[in-house]
Amino acid sequence: MSISLTVNTTLYQTDAAPETPLLWVLRDELGLTGTKFGCGVAACGACTVHIDGQAVRSCQVQLGDVWGAVTTIEGLGGQTALQAAWERHQVAQCGYCQSGQIMQAADLLANNPTPTDDDIDAAMGGNLCRCGTYSAIRAAIHDAAKAGAGQ
Amino acid sequence: MSTLGKITRRGLLLGAVAVAGGAAFGIYQVQKPVENPLSPDQGATLNPYVIIDRSGVTIIAPRAEMGQGVHTTLAALVAEELDVDWTSIRVEHGPPSSAYYNAALMHGALPVADYAMKDWQHSVVGGLGAVAKLLGLQVTGGSTSTVDAYEKMRYAGAGAREALKAVAADRLGVALASLRTESGFVIAPDNSRISYADLAEEAATRPVPDVTLRPQSEWKLLGRALPRSDMRAKITGQAQYATDIALPGLKFATVRICPYLGGGMARFDPAPALALPGVEQVIDMGNGVAVVARNTWAAMEGARAVDVQWTPSPLPADMDGMFAAIEAAFDAEPNSTLRDDGDVATLPEGAIRADYRVPFLAHSTMEPQGATAWLQDGRMTIWAGNQAPRLCVQKAAEASGLTEDAITLHTAFMGGGFGRRAETDTVAQVARIAAEMSGTPIRLTWSREEDMGHDFYRPAAMARMQGAVADGRISHFNAAIAAPSVTRASMKRIMGRAPGGADKGHVEGAFDQPYAIPNYRVAGHLADLDVPIGFWRSVGASFNGFFHESFVDELAHAAGADPLAFRLAHVAPESAVAARVLERVREISGWDTPLPEGRARGIAMTWSFGTPTAVVIELARQGDRIRIDRAFMACDPGLVLDPGIVRAQMESGLIYGLSAAVMGEITFTEGRADQANFPDYDALRMFNTPRIEVAILNTNPHMGGVGEPGTPPAIPALANALFALTGTRARSLPLRDVADFGV
Repeated sequence: MSISLTVNTTLYQTDAAPETPLLWVLRDELGLTGTKFGCGVAACGACTVHIDGQAVRSCQVQLGDVWGAVTTIEGLGGQTALQAAWERHQVAQCGYCQSGQIMQAADLLANNPTPTDDDIDAAMGGNLCRCGTYSAIRAAIHDAAKAGAGQ
Repeated sequence: MSTLGKITRRGLLLGAVAVAGGAAFGIYQVQKPVENPLSPDQGATLNPYVIIDRSGVTIIAPRAEMGQGVHTTLAALVAEELDVDWTSIRVEHGPPSSAYYNAALMHGALPVADYAMKDWQHSVVGGLGAVAKLLGLQVTGGSTSTVDAYEKMRYAGAGAREALKAVAADRLGVALASLRTESGFVIAPDNSRISYADLAEEAATRPVPDVTLRPQSEWKLLGRALPRSDMRAKITGQAQYATDIALPGLKFATVRICPYLGGGMARFDPAPALALPGVEQVIDMGNGVAVVARNTWAAMEGARAVDVQWTPSPLPADMDGMFAAIEAAFDAEPNSTLRDDGDVATLPEGAIRADYRVPFLAHSTMEPQGATAWLQDGRMTIWAGNQAPRLCVQKAAEASGLTEDAITLHTAFMGGGFGRRAETDTVAQVARIAAEMSGTPIRLTWSREEDMGHDFYRPAAMARMQGAVADGRISHFNAAIAAPSVTRASMKRIMGRAPGGADKGHVEGAFDQPYAIPNYRVAGHLADLDVPIGFWRSVGASFNGFFHESFVDELAHAAGADPLAFRLAHVAPESAVAARVLERVREISGWDTPLPEGRARGIAMTWSFGTPTAVVIELARQGDRIRIDRAFMACDPGLVLDPGIVRAQMESGLIYGLSAAVMGEITFTEGRADQANFPDYDALRMFNTPRIEVAILNTNPHMGGVGEPGTPPAIPALANALFALTGTRARSLPLRDVADFGV
């Protein structure tokens, strides 16, 4: 049985089992490895992608349940105001969690173009970073907001 | 793939290339040039650190990039002398090779405190670099990378530059001295330009001229916060970690190893796994199984489904048994008394005694362990994030039955290291699986549960502290520290045997602190407990910093003294460098300004990995909870090559330490870790990380590390702040056991 899904505006067909988590479809079946595996239980946020523009943990969404177009870090393209802010603030250390952090922050700014510190705490609390880049992430989100990333 | 994808190991290169490598080593007085492991199939390699070809300049930064920014700083050392555009260079890990030995690893070899080392002792450890060279120690660890690279990578850049200029001088028929270099070009007196790429192949055939390094006053890159060489890739999802390598016909594997540490596998039945869709093979790994499947999820489902009967762990059945084994070490003679000043045998009236303990900890890198391998026609290629490439090749050879020469290892970016990727277990596993699956590339990914259950943990440790104050000063300080030995456990894994002698790492962060105390003793007791343990960010200092600085706080309280002024009074006579970090953190934290009700500060200072670092933590009550509101750090690593990276590492080390202090704890039942995933073993997050201010001083006459020194003082600074706020003296961790931090 083949299942079709749209990722970063490309239509894919896969015969992976419908209960396969979207995370592993993206990484292993489609070769989109920018989305990372950290825990498999929605506790770290490394696998965050968008479905119909909304941030979701791709380890918790089964292939058969994907309800809309998927956007991954590769789909952002690298030229967004958010990524520019990440670069200005030199956010990444090991970098492993950053795809998920950026996708979560993009969701935050889309819904709240000028978030407060409390808003950032609430929105980003599910995204773990063992290198401790939180100060830089916070600064980059504020900076991106000023640059109109959420407009 | 980049240029380096085609580099293979080869024998000793004669002539200019090898001599070029020698340029880096003249300063160490080691005569025999090292082998240059680079042989690009196009372009030219001028020494083991620089490749120039038509597509540009590649700098080999042969230390593991695990987030600490080492690629950026090492490349900047070369680029500073080579005169190339910073944004145009590529940086690569390079192959396993003894050429990339880490001389600075030997800095810890003398049994003396770093702060108290005389200049002649620094010369002696410089000479010991030859030992690291002979052993070919290509290792990232001990916060040593920049210290090791500081001269040799600048020599590599300068040597390459002068060789390129010499070729240009001959071609143009002009004097060498009339040429200058800029942005990848040699520029003639008439302003005509020849690109490095046009000169490189010929330059590689020449002996490298004597070079002198540029003075600091002429530096253009070093000393500035540079854009990191890996930033762009990491914010666009393009950075390749070991499980991101695309290969034709790739299959996906995971492992399930006996969770009862030290136990094994009595029998297993693969049938339930093989019945699942996507599962293709179950491999006997001896003490567990590997499952190969069409994707990682199918492999993980398959691993869970295998019907296995484990054999029990030989470890004590519970934590009481484990701590009893550690405590028993106090009854034996100490392994070391590296600090033994005056007489602590007789304590005065009013002396205080306190017992401390800390738990086992996991590294919990964001990226679970993983690696990729492919056996084709008798040759295996491995991609792994690792801190010790040559050791990985050796262990992969043992696991696969291949010779070391048949193995090519590529070091990928690491999703966090913190010491975990100094281990070779995952590489050995992937080599074994790939050998079983000849012809098929294998991507091995551990589940988080496997990662947390099969770590090489930071050991649990205990301390018996005794001390006394007289006239407002510490008169006696006697610490006995017991834990299983990380040094011995690691060396046994690496070399097959444990070294004898005093285990310095076991007592670092306690015996080597710059306090003037007349009767001062630190004894290290090595416990007999076979839990797998390993290097965890700041190693012994991760627990000794807590023991030492918490007890100093107790003594300050006993003396009725301000804890910062109390420290300063003891530290200033011993080390002006350390006294300055205390003064600085006093300023930036507003230490002398009283806080409103419901707020309190704590202070700690630890000298580790060559860098004294002081931390002030400010806590705030929020209802019944306590918020870690602000953190202030002052460090003095001496010469600062990249203040942006130093700052990032200090914050990182602090948060790593605070995470452990608040909630880090691994416990074992029947030898099996009780914690399996982040919900059981969490870390600080955006909402409970303090606002952090970092002051970087540069007065230390000897360069120190920055990756680890932020961790040890963070832990006691928090515990001391908790005491100041609540009056509760926490003598064991984690602190969530005694206070609600809202985690």
